[in-house]
Amino acid sequence: MNKTDVLIIGAGPTGLFCAHQLGIIGLSCEIVDNLDKAGGQCIELYPDKPIYDIPAVPECTGEELTNNLLQQIKPFNVKTHLNERVEELKKVENRWHVKTSGNQEFDVASIVIAGGVGSFEPRKFPLKECEKFEGSSLFYSIKDKTVFKDKTISIFGGGDSALDWAIELSNTSKVNLVHRRDGFSGAESSVQKVKELDEQGKLNLYTKCQIDSVSGDKNINSVKIKHDNGEVKELKTDYVLGFFGLIMQLGPILNWGLNIDKKKITVNTENFETNIDGIFAIGDICSYPGKLKLILSGFHEGALAARGCFKYAKPDEKLRFEFTTTSKAAQERLGVKK
Amino acid sequence: MPKITYNTHDSKTHTIDVQNGLTVMEGAVQNDIPGIDADCGGGMACATCHVYVKEEWLDKLPAKEDGEEDMLDMAFEPKQNSRLSCQLIISDELDGLVVNIPSKQG
Repeated sequence: MNKTDVLIIGAGPTGLFCAHQLGIIGLSCEIVDNLDKAGGQCIELYPDKPIYDIPAVPECTGEELTNNLLQQIKPFNVKTHLNERVEELKKVENRWHVKTSGNQEFDVASIVIAGGVGSFEPRKFPLKECEKFEGSSLFYSIKDKTVFKDKTISIFGGGDSALDWAIELSNTSKVNLVHRRDGFSGAESSVQKVKELDEQGKLNLYTKCQIDSVSGDKNINSVKIKHDNGEVKELKTDYVLGFFGLIMQLGPILNWGLNIDKKKITVNTENFETNIDGIFAIGDICSYPGKLKLILSGFHEGALAARGCFKYAKPDEKLRFEFTTTSKAAQERLGVKK
Repeated sequence: MPKITYNTHDSKTHTIDVQNGLTVMEGAVQNDIPGIDADCGGGMACATCHVYVKEEWLDKLPAKEDGEEDMLDMAFEPKQNSRLSCQLIISDELDGLVVNIPSKQG
């Protein structure tokens, strides 16, 4: 059991800055995120796109913003648990016990949900019949590429994941790459490589085609694809891989009894607490009159939620308002006191 | 004000007056029309405001900007007449536009 003052759900910019604000006022916290890296939407959706509306930062990319925030919270040695999704929540006396998908357990005084628009999950094929093969012969990510050796693989998608895996697996497997249009969103060099491999007969490229059906008994043995012109083609295949990016889902948080309006958690604007005492929500996931979905609003919300957490973590102490420019305590926590 | 018609997957038709300058996505979200999630808030970063545009309107719409087609690759069941509704800004020329909302966004 990890015991700490506050559990932050979500390692996006809002969650990271809230960790900073908790650190400044002397509270400990740990962060859980479903992705394999910190940064949330900034890293997953637009790592290279410049952001122009962070106060006092005229221009920075999602990746730079994330790195700077990680740098800023370094003095507080915040433990971050990646690839973990929060599942269960239980009130135990005046504390919260939280369990994650990887069976990590937390014992905390309060929780800050900074979950963006939910946890990222792979976007799946529209066909219902795909579900029964998922995990055995149909995948949305690759954990062990050796299973594909000497097999026939049909890859769907036109982004970097689809292209990169098509190129890599074409060395050891027979690869069909199927995409809905002639253009690709992946890197131009990969597109060229795929086209070369197709010309050399080392890979079969099918564009303007989409999945039509899959068939097989226990495992998939063929997939039908449909061309824009209506023509259907059957491809013998051992595995089907789909790379359509990620979608965000609220997941188990929906079952926690929080007031939810249009997929958002309603909060008060005094300290961003939800209808449940000790559970706060900040950033894109919270909703209140006048809410702006901007990173800068998330920073403000995190600063207030951190202070809201204080009375749960240290019920016998009083929080005094201080500036980092002059507060000895804050400077000690930052490790900058001379 | 231009009228926009949203046909939802449950075969309901919603015809709504939407102010010029708003997007087709905003018109749906502000009027509680189900089926358009718009998770990213209109930044062309998520493909959850995907709609099918009624054929006769396709060439009356502004051309797709760079990135919209890439994002549509990620949409649930994209078709020839797929657009991201956050990229369709309403003007008098779009008065009468009809869009069908897919069965789901992901």
